[in-house]
Formats: sequence, C-alpha cells, structure tokens
Amino acid sequence: MDIKKFVQDLLVVETTRLNKRHFILELLAPEKFPLILPGQFAQALVENSPTTFLRRPFSIHSVDYQKNTLRLLIQIKGDGTRHLAGLKAGDHLNLIYPLGNSFSLPFTKDVLLVGGGCGVAPLLFLAQFLNQSQIYPTILLGFRTKEEVSEIEEYSKYGKVLITTDDGTEGEKGLVVDHSIFQRERIPFKKIFCCGPDAMMKAVAKIARMHRTDCEVSLENTMACGFGVCLCCITPTDKGNERVCVEGPVFNINRLKW
Amino acid sequence: MPDLSINIAGLNFKNPVTTASGTFGYGDEFLDFMDLGRLGGIFVKAVTGKNRDGNAYPRMAETASGMLNSVGLQNKGVDHFCREIYPRIKNFNTHIIVNVSGSTVEEYIEVAERINELDKIPAIELNISCPNVKLGGMAFGTVPAMATEVTAEVRKVYKKVLMVKLSPNVTSITDLAKAVVDGGADVITLINTLLGMAIDVERRRPVLSTITGGLSGPAIKPVALRMVWQVHKAVHVPIVGLGGIMNATDAIEFMLAGASAVQVGTANFIDPTISVKIVDGIAAYMDRHNIKKTTDLVGALKTE
Repeated sequence: MDIKKFVQDLLVVETTRLNKRHFILELLAPEKFPLILPGQFAQALVENSPTTFLRRPFSIHSVDYQKNTLRLLIQIKGDGTRHLAGLKAGDHLNLIYPLGNSFSLPFTKDVLLVGGGCGVAPLLFLAQFLNQSQIYPTILLGFRTKEEVSEIEEYSKYGKVLITTDDGTEGEKGLVVDHSIFQRERIPFKKIFCCGPDAMMKAVAKIARMHRTDCEVSLENTMACGFGVCLCCITPTDKGNERVCVEGPVFNINRLKW
Repeated sequence: MPDLSINIAGLNFKNPVTTASGTFGYGDEFLDFMDLGRLGGIFVKAVTGKNRDGNAYPRMAETASGMLNSVGLQNKGVDHFCREIYPRIKNFNTHIIVNVSGSTVEEYIEVAERINELDKIPAIELNISCPNVKLGGMAFGTVPAMATEVTAEVRKVYKKVLMVKLSPNVTSITDLAKAVVDGGADVITLINTLLGMAIDVERRRPVLSTITGGLSGPAIKPVALRMVWQVHKAVHVPIVGLGGIMNATDAIEFMLAGASAVQVGTANFIDPTISVKIVDGIAAYMDRHNIKKTTDLVGALKTE
C-alpha cells in the first residue's frame, strides 16, 4: 500500500523521561495525519549536532488521531539521541514519515507481541491497532532491570502484559525467550509479532519455527535516507537484497535468511 | 526573474540543479516530496548489464560531516530498466539521464547501446568511478589509457550526449579529464566518492562489509571544488560538479569554480526537498547580484 510521505516540522508537546536511557517525545503535526500503520517509522532530523550528519529512524510508538499527535520512544545511544532528549515543549522536530511497511493484520485472535529494550516501541501502537479488530494480544516485554520497566499501565489497556528482566528485579528473571510461556510443549499462540535486538528476534524466530507459529519481526538497520533511494539498509531475503526501509522494516521470518 | 536555463553540450536544462545518481533512486521515490519538473535533471541509479545484488550488509557508516557507502551498484540490470522502469519515469518533466556502469568495456557498450534506443533519455553518464565494485568501475577511471578506451568505445555506439563521471581517487584529475575528452566525452561529471574507511574499535573490525567504501557529503566538498576548478582550466568541455553540496551557496561555489550544472547527492537523504530549495536559492543569489543568466556564473571566479 502506498501511503503519502511527509517532510514536516512537528511541534514538541512534551518530552517525558522514562528512565536513565529512555524518553518519549510527543509531537503535534501541523495538519491532519495521514493513515499511519503499526510498524512504520519516522526519520528525525537532529539539528545543531556536529557529529550527527544523518537522520535517525524511530518506530512510531503511538498515534492519537483526535489530538493529531504521535509519540516516539527513544533510547539514548549517542550524541544525536542525547540532543533529541533535550528537546522541550515548544521546540520543533523535523520528521519524514510515515515510512516503511507495517505488521500485518492476523487471521487469528491468539496473538503474542514480544519486545525487548527499545524494540517495545512499535508494539504499543500495534496493540492499539489489534484492539480495533477485537484482538487482545498477550504482550511480553523484556527489560534489563526494574528501573527500565515502564508504561506497563499503558500496555495493559490493550492486552495481557508479561514481563522479564535480565536481573529478575521485576517479572520473570532472564531474557524474553526464557519466559515460562515458552517452556510449554505447545504455545497458545498462532501469530507472533516481535521487535528488539537481532539476537532476541532470532531466538524468538527459532521458537516460532519450533512451534510452527507464524512470526513477523521488525528489523533494525543502519539507514541513510529511510525512503528507499540509498540502498544502504538491505537485508537478504528470498527475493535477494531488500531494503529494510521500504520492503521492511517488518518481515515474515520465512522470508529472511535466518 | 533571472534566466536559470543553461545549455550543456547542446542540451537545454531549465536550471543547473540536478540530482546525483545513487541518491535519488529513479525519481519517483520523491514524488511525495516535490514537483520533479522543477529540477534541471535527474541522474538515475546506476544501470549495469545484468542484475547485481550489490555488497553485503553493512553498507553504510556515518562519518564526520559525511557518510561512507559500499552499496556496490545494486540494480536489476538494463533489461529490467528498459522494460519496467523507463516506462514509469519517461514522462517526468525534466531530463532523465542514466548512469551507465559495468565491469568490462563490453558491458558498458551493451548498456549504452540499449539506453541509446530510449527516446526520452537525452544523455548518459558513464560511471568509470565507482569505488565499490571489484572489477571495472573505478579501474577504468584511474588509468588514463583505459578511460580513453572505454569512452571511445561507448562513443561509437552512443549517439546522444555522453557524460563521463570521474573518480577523485587519482593523482592528477586533469590527466583523466583530458583522457575522457580524447575518448569523445561531451561533458565531464566530477567527483564520485572518495575512497575511505571506518573502524569499530570495540569489535576491532571495519564498519563496512567491504572494509573500504566511498565517502560523500560536505566532508568532500573542498576536494571536489578544487578538482572542478582544475578540470575547468584544463579542458574545454562543460562540467557537471558534485561533492557535498548541501545548499545553494555550495552549488554557486561549484559554478564559480567552473561547473555549468551541479548534482545534489547525499543531501537528498537528509532533506528530500533540498534540490528545489537550491534552485530557489540560486535564483535569489542571482537576483541579489543582478546576474541575468546562469552562464554568467560559470567559471566566474576572480583570482587576481
């Protein structure tokens, strides 16, 4: 589906610090949003940072069509994201959006969302979207530690939330794939949507294959343009090298060389 | 309004602003962002004889004021271009120029011959300067005798405007410029990317899968400007200048150094509307300096 893309200055409504490494930017668009689908992302321009030359891609965390706002969940990794963390209400942020494909609408109600670290970002939007089709997913979220566990009340509005922390300070101890729901002979899900670090997604994909469960993952990749012209962010698929920014970021694991 | 149009080797461009191959896809990726008809021209993604998958990931590294890439001419080949892409882009209201690449002289000839048959393509840009392919590519652009040969062979089969894109990875850019003019080039495009590399110290590994790649962006602008200036003094064919152009001021610098037109490249990734802003910026500059036509800017650098 072709969704019109915009280059736009959005107004920063609020910057909310979730913990040491993560924050949420709430942004108001100057005109009515186009249709934005879960899994799509935005390319943010970092101004006045001498070390940040290219835009930075972020999954869209949620969209409020009434207020015409969207939210980005961002992990502070370097100068660019540190600069974005300093944006205040009233500042502007230039975005190219909405970019990429989206998670598909599943033909089942037995849906599991799995997110790790910053990879939880698109899953809130996805859960909201699934609710509109009367699908109430199980949402498994992995964090490093209790201090980073955030927005659980928000996720809980849209599905049943399960938590793991690496150090066991909240939820079950370990990685998401160590969670007890995966330790059963048969898992009660017919579709898994997953976003997080590559190693985590590969581990989830392995479980999905073992249980013959359909699984889509949202890939992270170093991007220059984000809209399909630089051919930098490729991933090998059954159709050769495909662009994560256009043919992705969401891929069914059957199409990847994993 | 100043007259922005400019004639290059008999081809009339509505303004001197074009977009660089490999940074603008086939143009249609930008339809949401701008009216392509406002551009002087579009240099579309490199076309080779056969399908190429390009290099392995990672293909990109951000660097100070620039980026390295090692895409490796990924494209679906000239057949696919003629059959699938040309019909959908041929009616854009701007010059569509095809970047022709290859690994052998025969491949360059094959692609040029096929593109020669396409009515709505008024020119090709022979890419003898890609640093990211193992065979051919940059080799043709670093040895003057080879540059003359490949240009001359393509000249025999290509009847329209022949542009040749030079590599900056040479000791003497003017030797290469003279070599391609000897081979029959109508226009020289320069510069392609500078060979560079980046290292991930934590992993003690190169960032790019190919170890080295092509550096682009404002980091290379001073080098590009110097080369345009040197080539402008050395040969008498028109020059299309590129390398790190981010705004109208940069574009005007290239024109003053001797470029008849410019290509906007890496800047398209950061602001997909930048090329039309550069058109407007050049017009504003000409107004401010009471310059009536773009030709008066070309090579107008005062050095006394």
